[in-house]
Amino acid sequence: MAENPSPESNKFQIKNLFIRQSQPYANPYLGGVLLGLVLFASYFITGNGLGASAGLSRYAVFIEDLIAPGHIDQVPYLIKMAGGQRNPLDSWLVMVTTGVIIGGFVSGVIHGRTKFETNKGPNISNQTRWLFAFLGGILFAYGARLARGCTSGQALSGGATLSAGSWVVMFSIFGGAYALAYFVRRLWN
Amino acid sequence: MIPFPLHLESLLGKPLMYLVFLLIGFLFGYTLEISGFNHSPSLAAQFYFKSLRVFKVFFTAIVVGMLLLFASSALGLLDYNLIWVNPTYLWPGIVGGLIMGAGFIIGGFCPGTSLVALATLKIDGIFFVLGGLVGVFLFGETVDFYKYFFNGSYFGRLTLMDVFNLPTGIIVILVTLMALFMFVGGEQLEKIYGGKDPKRAPKARYYGAGVLVLLAIAIAIIGQPTTDDRWARLAPLRNSDLTNREVYIDPGELLDTFHDHKLNLIMVDVRDEADFNLFHLLDAENIPPLNIPDQIDEFIAQPANTVFVVMSNDEKHATEV
Repeated sequence: MAENPSPESNKFQIKNLFIRQSQPYANPYLGGVLLGLVLFASYFITGNGLGASAGLSRYAVFIEDLIAPGHIDQVPYLIKMAGGQRNPLDSWLVMVTTGVIIGGFVSGVIHGRTKFETNKGPNISNQTRWLFAFLGGILFAYGARLARGCTSGQALSGGATLSAGSWVVMFSIFGGAYALAYFVRRLWN
Repeated sequence: MIPFPLHLESLLGKPLMYLVFLLIGFLFGYTLEISGFNHSPSLAAQFYFKSLRVFKVFFTAIVVGMLLLFASSALGLLDYNLIWVNPTYLWPGIVGGLIMGAGFIIGGFCPGTSLVALATLKIDGIFFVLGGLVGVFLFGETVDFYKYFFNGSYFGRLTLMDVFNLPTGIIVILVTLMALFMFVGGEQLEKIYGGKDPKRAPKARYYGAGVLVLLAIAIAIIGQPTTDDRWARLAPLRNSDLTNREVYIDPGELLDTFHDHKLNLIMVDVRDEADFNLFHLLDAENIPPLNIPDQIDEFIAQPANTVFVVMSNDEKHATEV
């Protein structure tokens, strides 16, 4: 799933820019209404909300199971997902996560926004951005497993169903990010 | 009979059920992309008050989702009790949330948005997803060192209505007003820090806000169905279960349930206290029939693998309760 960033990718980007004019993003309130409709449809039809990190973690366990299947059977947290003959990808959560990737790709192609590029603040190099994206990914996924859900599974879904714990998680996420924003302002400004 | 949510697995079978979830994920990813969630500087900008695009999308979605959910519950289309409400684990939620916040501002994504960024070939998004896989791996390896913390401060299915002891309708109105208030404040902050002129945004958003408030008020006026209402709707179906004796348990089955560690057995003894003190089954709880309505919220909050057994001196009495 990982495309290795190579020097050619920059050429690709320029070429693509000339071929396709990327369109501006939708009005945020309109985007929010559409996202709310999808969220409602998910609960209404299936009884479950939207999620991303649970499916992502099952992909991680799947890879771990390929490399060290014996190890999985010794870790209680992993046994539940991939112990013995269990396939960690056999879950509706994986379906939602996979759908997110396909849906994002299709929209990106339609609107001319699927192209190799690195988005970053003006004062850092691409390599710095990649490093911090990687570190941020580690932290976010770790926190998401600890809190039993991320911005989608806890804050968005639990927020709409008025779960008390999810509102706590939501405020903790935003609180943590705002508290740290000043100290890492060079990354983005 | 309340038809929604559907029990998809028994209705469609597993492959089609998975297809439904794939489609929901597709729509989720599509809306995230058109909202600009694959662009990390936009995601980070909200934390410097320059552009609150992400913040607006996010809270609009919560309010719209919430209003539609509780409106359909008020109209009896949807059973809120069958909806998955994230259980509350207070301290793991707080600590995990703060760690996520750090990951958000450092990495510029959250998991859902990073997947969309990966799908649209943003290299920073690809690195974030790779980091995410490593983070999951690290969590699996370390959680056993603090499993009591991870499983502690558990409050079950706790809602904002329980915490503030307010009716659902009032909470729905308050959340809606809070979101609108934050949108107004957010647009002012964008004007100060990001140099954006709120006057240039489409006027339609005022009408949208009005619709949301009216819907919230309507939900409060209609009110949520009570246990009696729900029973009235379920009665035709459930009464046939009674006549077919599907709800009764024989002593042997009870013994099996007793020893099945995958099930959470709750035995409710509805005889009077004198009988209970004379003899009762181990772990049975003595709850007089009149007190059962007060206990219903606690019963609903029990996990899905819970089996309730109501017992008395004779079958007729236990059924009536």
